[in-house]
Amino acid sequence: MRQKTIAAVLGAASVLATATAVTAQDLNFDEYRQMLADGNPAELFEMEGEELWRTARGPKNATLEQCDLGLGPGVVEGAAAQMPRYFADTGKVQDLESRLMTCMETLQGIPSAEVINGKFRQGERGKIASLVAYVVTHSNGKPIAVDLSHPKMKEMYAMGEKAFFYRAGAMDFSCASCHGEDGKRIRATSLPNITTAKCAAEGWGSWPAYRVSNSQFWTMQHRLWDCFRQQRTAEPIFASDVTIALSVFMAGKGNGGQAVWPGVKR
Amino acid sequence: MASPMRIRAASKDGVTEVRVLMSHPMETGQRKDSSGNPIPAHHITELSAKHNDKVVLSAQFGPSVSTNPYLAFKFKGGASGDKLVVSWVDNKGESRTDEVQVS
Repeated sequence: MRQKTIAAVLGAASVLATATAVTAQDLNFDEYRQMLADGNPAELFEMEGEELWRTARGPKNATLEQCDLGLGPGVVEGAAAQMPRYFADTGKVQDLESRLMTCMETLQGIPSAEVINGKFRQGERGKIASLVAYVVTHSNGKPIAVDLSHPKMKEMYAMGEKAFFYRAGAMDFSCASCHGEDGKRIRATSLPNITTAKCAAEGWGSWPAYRVSNSQFWTMQHRLWDCFRQQRTAEPIFASDVTIALSVFMAGKGNGGQAVWPGVKR
Repeated sequence: MASPMRIRAASKDGVTEVRVLMSHPMETGQRKDSSGNPIPAHHITELSAKHNDKVVLSAQFGPSVSTNPYLAFKFKGGASGDKLVVSWVDNKGESRTDEVQVS
């Protein structure tokens, strides 16, 4: 910081302010992220989520403590690192958000439609985000371990891959337009090349996250919705198959990488 | 009722490091909502930290501090098991006090 200030002063003084090329170092957000990780405000959402998990709510006045996230009723530890996964009781591949919706509907009697038709960061959808913060924190540092062996998971992975390369919208963009090559960036944000295992893990393993610039906590569903919006195409329905398929593709590709949850972003 | 703070206090070699994460909108009063009306200022104005009953930090906060502020500081003294209390007051008169044991 100090060096930059000095450099700026020197540049201005000599009136020879040459347009310097942006180096990879300048774009490195990791250092900033490390500084922030200590006081990641996502913790505030996590605290709220933990309370929500244990609070009896909804028409059935029940808690979520019996919610099965794939490792048995009530097991939160390590559950998020193995999601999305195939759930035999619903017969569907579900990500964390859609699974929480199932739990809220079956245990608490809160209809999923309230989440699907709601708005991000508000009402029941906002509550899901806090619950997500709570659940993912208990998989922090764990390796991503998504089981792709079930035929439905294979089907979702293939659909996710197809969706990833499918160009659409006013700009004729696909996810791969921005995330299919090394060294791409939008403004000062380096974009991970999600077609590689390392970057897929970095991408999947750093969301959900707290965005410092707008003080908001975003789940992966929210992040994917934003990708569609930036693609200038139809916005996906919350927890719809395409969003889960893309999640399966990213998580599956990133298998073995480390989850850093909840993340912190610019 | 304001949401709780997350406070961590750890003592090492006679110095205690305190890290506080507060939940607060910290609205500056300079912004407008979607219909063009100004959003009234709402931010923390005063903060204090007490080690047992002694004030070790007292601060004035203003609108330039970010949403959900994070504060870290160190003070001399403090031992494992001591009480550390952080409290803040905002410009609407709301307040919040939380305490932890030094680890």
